[in-house]
Amino acid sequence: MSSLQVLDKSGIAKCDLAFSTQLASDSNINRCYQCLTCSLGCPVTAYMDYLPHQMVRMVQLGLKEQVLRSSTIWLCASCETCITRCPNEVDIPGIMDSLKQMAMQEGIESKELVVTNFHTVFMDNIRSYGRQYELSLMMMLKLKNKDYFSDIFPLGLKMMLKRKMNLLPPGGKAKGEMKAILERLEES
Amino acid sequence: MKYSYYPGCSLESTAKEYDDSVREVCRILGVDLEELEDWVCCGASSGHSSNHLLSHVLPGRDLAVAEKSGLDVMTPCPACFLRLKLTRHKVIQDNELRSQVEAAVGLTYTARLDVKNILDVMYSDVGVDSIREKVTKPLGDVKLVSYYGCYFVRPPDIVCFDDPENPQSMDEILTVLGADALDWAGKVDCCGASLSLSRKDIVVDLIGNIVELARDVGAEGIVCACPLCQVNLDTRQAGEVLPVFYLTELMGLAMGSRKTNSWFGKHIVDPLKLLRSYALI
Repeated sequence: MSSLQVLDKSGIAKCDLAFSTQLASDSNINRCYQCLTCSLGCPVTAYMDYLPHQMVRMVQLGLKEQVLRSSTIWLCASCETCITRCPNEVDIPGIMDSLKQMAMQEGIESKELVVTNFHTVFMDNIRSYGRQYELSLMMMLKLKNKDYFSDIFPLGLKMMLKRKMNLLPPGGKAKGEMKAILERLEES
Repeated sequence: MKYSYYPGCSLESTAKEYDDSVREVCRILGVDLEELEDWVCCGASSGHSSNHLLSHVLPGRDLAVAEKSGLDVMTPCPACFLRLKLTRHKVIQDNELRSQVEAAVGLTYTARLDVKNILDVMYSDVGVDSIREKVTKPLGDVKLVSYYGCYFVRPPDIVCFDDPENPQSMDEILTVLGADALDWAGKVDCCGASLSLSRKDIVVDLIGNIVELARDVGAEGIVCACPLCQVNLDTRQAGEVLPVFYLTELMGLAMGSRKTNSWFGKHIVDPLKLLRSYALI
């Protein structure tokens, strides 16, 4: 975990208050009084570069660059423990989602590329098939991460033999439905 | 009792035994399930991680189709459940979002029907008394812990079900099935969900903690009702392993279903040894 660095080389913090205001509108973020309940209950703090309460403070301060480049946004498991326990109902999972969406839209290099790749491949699969097609998801993920061998033997093989993974893509009309939805979304 | 049934993607693949046991138990209990027509994926965690509007349009499409049938929606997958329930909640609060969702799905969506998870249907609608009446083969006090994970109980304002820190519904059902449902500290811990396919190391750690908490109270097996929790527990345990059941598999077993062997045969950690030691199969 790194310490909270808010200053650039010239010693001046780069604050983007429009960014802060945008995220504050729907998340109660300005109610936070740094009680740390979120970070104490979060199951994945050991792997994050900034803790959830630090992320909240950084968003308040408008430190857009730092939060969008953090590993924390990608490692948040969306388990909803923080918002359940927060005395001020600060919607941290909602903020994490907004930050992930922003980072993706702005093409910011992800600090957890394997996680970002998973989301990209997962959504590509839904767009193609309407429903999730696990075998294709696994293959595309392996190609993207250049990780060809993990979980193939014995786990992947066992799952195939037990027919827990389908060889063929999902049937039904979901694929056509999805195509129509995506077209209408693009139009609107 | 009748619901629109939304199985979700996992129940067509990694959790086929969950889908099959849900349908079987509902049949035994007289709960009619009408599968939603041409349902599409809810988007799960990747949807809300990448595109806000799409993350509501995908569940919105399925909810709008369900309204044609006039039935409340029931889904066994808690991840799908939260996505559907959250979209319903947001649409009720936000008219602009409602219009955007309706435009994208090409249907009207009034949000008048509820979305329920399988535990809620079994516990609140069917009820433990009706479940008890169908038990023909009690589970012989096998020592189990009920593992709820995240989305059955969190966030409480959205899911509106059971206690977020110490839920009891699954424990009560296990008790009427004849199991010894042990109290433990891991009930609502997170399994890491989709991180299993990207940061396996994290999921191995989280699963290790959950299994240790189960062992601490003397559990011989873990019971869950989530396809992501089950697959993570079933595939990411290290060392000496515990079998991981779907609640509906054990309900089917206690209700004398003949389909149980095909369900248990799909598990990665073999549950048969434990069940044989209690003369349950």
